Amino acid sequence: MYDLIIIGAGPAGITATIYAARKKLNFLVIAKNIGGQAALSADVENYTGYQYITGLELAKKFEEHMKEFKMEVKEGEEVVGVEKIDGTIKVKTDRGAYESKTLIIATGARSRTLDVPGEKEFKNRGVTYCATCDAPLFANMDVAVIGGGNSALDATLQLIKIANKIYLININPSFRGDDVMIEKVEKSDKVVTLYNTKTLEILGDKMVTGIRLEKEGQQKILDVRGVFIEIGYVANSDLVANLVELNRRGEVVVDEHCKTNVPGIFAAGDVSNVPYKQIIVAAGEGAKAALSAYEYLSRLRWPA
Amino acid sequence: MVTIKVYSTPTCPYCRMVKDFLKQNKIEFEDIDVAADVEAAKEMVAKSGQMAVPVLDIDGTIIVGADLRAIKRALNLGG
Repeated sequence: MYDLIIIGAGPAGITATIYAARKKLNFLVIAKNIGGQAALSADVENYTGYQYITGLELAKKFEEHMKEFKMEVKEGEEVVGVEKIDGTIKVKTDRGAYESKTLIIATGARSRTLDVPGEKEFKNRGVTYCATCDAPLFANMDVAVIGGGNSALDATLQLIKIANKIYLININPSFRGDDVMIEKVEKSDKVVTLYNTKTLEILGDKMVTGIRLEKEGQQKILDVRGVFIEIGYVANSDLVANLVELNRRGEVVVDEHCKTNVPGIFAAGDVSNVPYKQIIVAAGEGAKAALSAYEYLSRLRWPA
Repeated sequence: MVTIKVYSTPTCPYCRMVKDFLKQNKIEFEDIDVAADVEAAKEMVAKSGQMAVPVLDIDGTIIVGADLRAIKRALNLGG
């Protein structure tokens, strides 16, 4: 039986592994991929110690740091079930089953979908959730970015260098993002910003040809070849939904020690209800979760 | 000997995942940067019918996305 199992290897999970390794815990990491969403950010300018680094490079640095330590990593393995029976945490994957005394849930979040007609049909046919990946394919084309936060602004800034014209479609009357990014977007003559505008439908035949919008009761169609959906994230908590308490947004509820409502189960990073989904916040939470798990294990060994 | 083409963009983490996987398994491939080569990007879209990277062409078998299992199957690597 392991002391600790960590599910996920984004900034939170990786930082937890570093702390767990330094505490010499007998632990296992199970992750679909290493790096998580951090690798999807284009430019990172707010991670202390780096004035500028790409998300991909930062994720590589995280991975290198993690691999400095000897640890057991099941990469590419998918967790299919988690339960706690008689004090033992049992994790089932598509390839095996493991038992542990403690668990850190660091499964992160995934892109939120718009849920409008055409979105599923045209996914990867003009509709994309990864600007960092796919933006270069839309060279000199007209595209739309949907969203009003930092992710939408980040996608727009990437597209300014590549696309012909960018419609930035915001359902709200203003942006909630970093002022630095808003200024850069406003300066570009390639960007047309539409506020208070709802996206109703994504249109196309084989590929995307346009989007149907509504503003103040008026509908209109814009001709675009690409639709970048950047409307936030949903916590990857489905696996543990019947095990630990979630809030209304589907995030795992934790206290200031990253403890869930189930003893021995901790959560860290974007999957948790800790505010501000930032790489540096997730990394810090990963450290806390590992230290908290260590403390819990110490109490199991030497009960007061 | 199979010929493998990987269509990718330099910033795409899933592309890196696929290329790292091939390198780890000592499999040679042609790395095509569709961000730098518009014609190659068109070729990729025509082959895959999709506008997304990475795309692998393994002797005519097209795989879209970092689907390591499909890649293993196509290369008879087991798993």
